Amino acid sequence: MTRFTMNLLRGLLPIGLAFLATAAFAQEAPDVLVKRVAGEVLTIIKSDPKVQAGDQQRIREVVESKLLPYFDFERITALAMGRNWRQANAEQQKQLVDQFRALLVRTYSGALAQYRDQQMDYKPLRSDANATEVTVRTEVIRSGQAPVQIDYAMEKTPSGWKVYDVIVGGVSLVTNYRDEFNEQIKNGGVDNLIKTLQAKNSK
Amino acid sequence: MKRTCAVAALACAMLLSGCATAPGKIYDPFEASNRAMFAINEPIMEYVAKPIAQFYVAVTPSFFRTAVSNYVNNIDDLFSIVNDALQGKWDKMGNDMGRVMINTGFGFGGLIDIASDAGIPRGMEDFGQTFGYWGIPQGPYLFIPLWGPTTVRDGTGSILRLVWSPTNEIPNVAVRNVVYGLVTVNEAPGAVDAMKLVDQASLDPYTFVRRSYLQRREYLVHDGKPPPEKDDQ
Repeated sequence: MTRFTMNLLRGLLPIGLAFLATAAFAQEAPDVLVKRVAGEVLTIIKSDPKVQAGDQQRIREVVESKLLPYFDFERITALAMGRNWRQANAEQQKQLVDQFRALLVRTYSGALAQYRDQQMDYKPLRSDANATEVTVRTEVIRSGQAPVQIDYAMEKTPSGWKVYDVIVGGVSLVTNYRDEFNEQIKNGGVDNLIKTLQAKNSK
Repeated sequence: MKRTCAVAALACAMLLSGCATAPGKIYDPFEASNRAMFAINEPIMEYVAKPIAQFYVAVTPSFFRTAVSNYVNNIDDLFSIVNDALQGKWDKMGNDMGRVMINTGFGFGGLIDIASDAGIPRGMEDFGQTFGYWGIPQGPYLFIPLWGPTTVRDGTGSILRLVWSPTNEIPNVAVRNVVYGLVTVNEAPGAVDAMKLVDQASLDPYTFVRRSYLQRREYLVHDGKPPPEKDDQ
């Protein structure tokens, strides 16, 4: 290779990189997304008087409108079902996704209602630019208590990055529910699981 | 006497853990009695721990509760030094030694956590993790009322921690008993909150707690980087 081509390549390289960067920017990077969404939710929680007063309805609204669009509940449910997912027919799958989503929203809203002054810390994202699955690592710091690591496992979809698992202090949501789901299915099939979820949600 | 206890507990743990299955798999041969213990625990939490926790929070200022947990954390850090050494984690050992020296010396025997403010991270190693690091499996899962989830391996570690705690060396019996009491009661509010969340989130609180506990311990043994579980999808 001549020196000329080498220099040409060196000259072109930054342009190529810049082009790649623009392409990547077309979609919000996963860590940027987590930071933005968490920031938005925290701001609402700190400033909204209804949320401050513990209004469950309002908290649920915030969760539904601000957080839910960034979660892939179909994948979360499929992962939690494990090998049982394929046993379920389309109608059952739809019900499972709906019920599981409702349960998670309820639980999460309940946890948010207990929100005390907390601070979030974001760790730098370590992944290459073409990755289609990444883990965004964050840490919640509460005064006088040990920090809690919260990791978001995310996948690239045509409509942006979506969360498919949340890992709190090493405890994966999906793995936890896999045991629970297995147990219900063992005791009465997929319908039993749906029934249990419905009963839980209507309490 | 104490030493014999500890050695006996350790020997038991090794024996019982020996016949356990691969890590990641749940090994709960005493599930029936564990579930009974879990069932007993719920009313105890509701009617004993919860009122105590509420009373304790009402009568103590939060700096006081923070001081009590700092005291416990300082002792945990002390044990962490030993376990860092047993696992050859020298960086963590340096941090934990610095923490204990600073907090004991300048933080009134560990009541103030100056080291965390100075940004020295906690090693958070305990005997159960050391056993895990050495390749000893968890052994049977156990649920103990008021204590919570544990396993033969981790429980053995906790017994060692209790038997060798510096609190036992406080010469004045009355003072020592007050410290025992405070340290125990200080745990109650957190435990009550945790159970509330579990009840909200789970279809079967027993399996939920069991899986959470085992996942958490596996994560700690591998310093936050557990090997991926080979689960089917």
